[in-house]
Amino acid sequence: MTQTASTTGQAQALNEVALAGQERREQWTLLGLSTPAILVIAIVVLVPVGWLFYLSFVGSDGEFSLEHYKKMIEYKSYARVFMTTFQVSLLTTLICILLGYPLAYFLAHLPGRWTGLFMLAVLLPFWTSLLVRTYAWLVLLQRKGLLNDLAMQIGLWDSPIKLVHNMTGTLIGMAHIMLPFLVLPLYGAMKKIEPDMMHAASNLGASPIRSFWNVYFPLSVSGLVAGALIVFVLCLGFYVTPAVLGGGRVVMVATQITAILEYRFDWGAASALGVVLLIATIGVLYLAGRFFKFDSALFGKG
Amino acid sequence: MKKRTGKGAVCGLMIGAAVALMMSGTAYADPITVVSWGGTYGAAQDKALFNDASKNTGIEINRESGASMSKACLQVESKAVTWDLVVTGSGGAAAAAAKGCLEKIDFNVVDVSDFYPNTYTDYCVGSDVFSTVMAWNTEKYGAPGSPGAPKSWADFWDVEKFPGTRSYRANSVDGVLEPALMADGVPADKVYEVLSTREGMERAINKIRELKPHIAVFWESGAMQAQLMKDAEVDMITGWNGRFDNAKKDGALVGYTFNQALLDYDCFAMPKGAPNKDTAMKFLAEVSKPQYQANLPYHITYGPTNKKAYEVTTAPKELIEALPSHPKNVPFMLPVSLDWYAKHRAEAQELYMELLTQ
Repeated sequence: MTQTASTTGQAQALNEVALAGQERREQWTLLGLSTPAILVIAIVVLVPVGWLFYLSFVGSDGEFSLEHYKKMIEYKSYARVFMTTFQVSLLTTLICILLGYPLAYFLAHLPGRWTGLFMLAVLLPFWTSLLVRTYAWLVLLQRKGLLNDLAMQIGLWDSPIKLVHNMTGTLIGMAHIMLPFLVLPLYGAMKKIEPDMMHAASNLGASPIRSFWNVYFPLSVSGLVAGALIVFVLCLGFYVTPAVLGGGRVVMVATQITAILEYRFDWGAASALGVVLLIATIGVLYLAGRFFKFDSALFGKG
Repeated sequence: MKKRTGKGAVCGLMIGAAVALMMSGTAYADPITVVSWGGTYGAAQDKALFNDASKNTGIEINRESGASMSKACLQVESKAVTWDLVVTGSGGAAAAAAKGCLEKIDFNVVDVSDFYPNTYTDYCVGSDVFSTVMAWNTEKYGAPGSPGAPKSWADFWDVEKFPGTRSYRANSVDGVLEPALMADGVPADKVYEVLSTREGMERAINKIRELKPHIAVFWESGAMQAQLMKDAEVDMITGWNGRFDNAKKDGALVGYTFNQALLDYDCFAMPKGAPNKDTAMKFLAEVSKPQYQANLPYHITYGPTNKKAYEVTTAPKELIEALPSHPKNVPFMLPVSLDWYAKHRAEAQELYMELLTQ
């Protein structure tokens, strides 16, 4: 009896070793397969970013210098530009969540044949040029634009209100452009939630509101966080929409970088701004990650 | 045996190719690449300058749009220069020259003896004279010169006498501080003297800060100046005179004055290491001749830099008198000081960005 047990134990141990070896081999094969992709990323991402870091430490005389970073501290405009950038990105993300969550919920609960049609309505603007959509908002929102004209005709307000060339216009345009980036991952997460879960919750006596907050919402959070992150990060580097709809009042980092390149030909100063934006973004994402535990949303861990 | 024939054939081909290359090098010069801006400006240069000059000299040109001194500098620094002649503002040329991005102009080839003074430097040759003016909605404030119409920068700043919205330049300090000082009572000939100190620059910035609540939009480009006036989005604006004339042709209710305007010029510059330097220099000499510049006013209301163009032009009198470089208009304007921009632009730019981001 004892002998049989030890033989089984030996066989098991042997089996485990073999299995572990196989798993390792499999991992190496997979690594080998992804080598081309890793190399491409190293070349097209890491090298230019490294070059960017290098340039930001080269002064106007071609020597190593911290002048670009010193200037960012000396003049308050740089800090304000970063504040504006994060403010616009955060507000856009919030608006997208407020609009996108109910929209994704609606889409996820439509009967199959309608989903396609409404999904098309979400995606169609996504296929139109960014510039065209941005200018379309300008036509709608400006002083003598369609919206002001219409509202004044039916007597909603007497003199044109300022809807564009300011923060309001920028946020309207950005939210419109970013909405699909939030809705799509969220819709995917919601589609995966078993309807039986909600039935079970109400069967156990939960009110519809309670079962939504205790069951449905937590299950959809991974999609929400993934979507919100994409929106937030994309907003940070946005150029066209704030430039056109902000009327020069909403100066974001991308605008500042363009101005420095176009009017000062100062690659170092522009690189320094890029480096600070990159580090600030990583910092904010890290803090947010600590707060929301969204690595599960990003990397698909349980 | 077979192998040897193969080698011989390859040798023959190579010699043939080399001969063909040499012949193409001697018989025809390579086309030069001429880069200008888009929209009505580049189109006007095509019609007035480039097409005819190319025909008359036999120099073939590649015309590209999207001229930018920062892109030219990038080509020079990465040693991949493809542009031969690039259109730029005078300030941009001065900055690029200071960075070492430009070739020196060969004045033995390019004849500037009939040019207005200060419309060329060692590194660029003036192509046209334009003016940064104040323009306004004529329905709101009346036609230029009519009683009650705005006349000076002080009027631009006077929101009680001329209530309404304003538009001013975004992102760049070029042509931004001078109007503010004139509105603050500094005579035109003292503007750059006052601006050469930090206090002077701050005085101008503070004057703009005073107007800022009334500045509804900051414009970023000439196209945007025209659009803002066409849509009646703002009531008074600064900008480049030719853009407003073209907006007017498109039906915009816009007028402007040359009084206290900033006289400036655009020019051709050559990136250092331009691939067809000698041919491009000859082409530059050709387009700088008066007979070409004389045709420019038909297509855009920018004046010639070559005085002789006024003598040979066939354009009607009222068109000629509407040009910024016409002797009748010049005395009202303040010529932009490249010297000041070379010394103080970087500092002024930082100060203006402080104001814009507040």
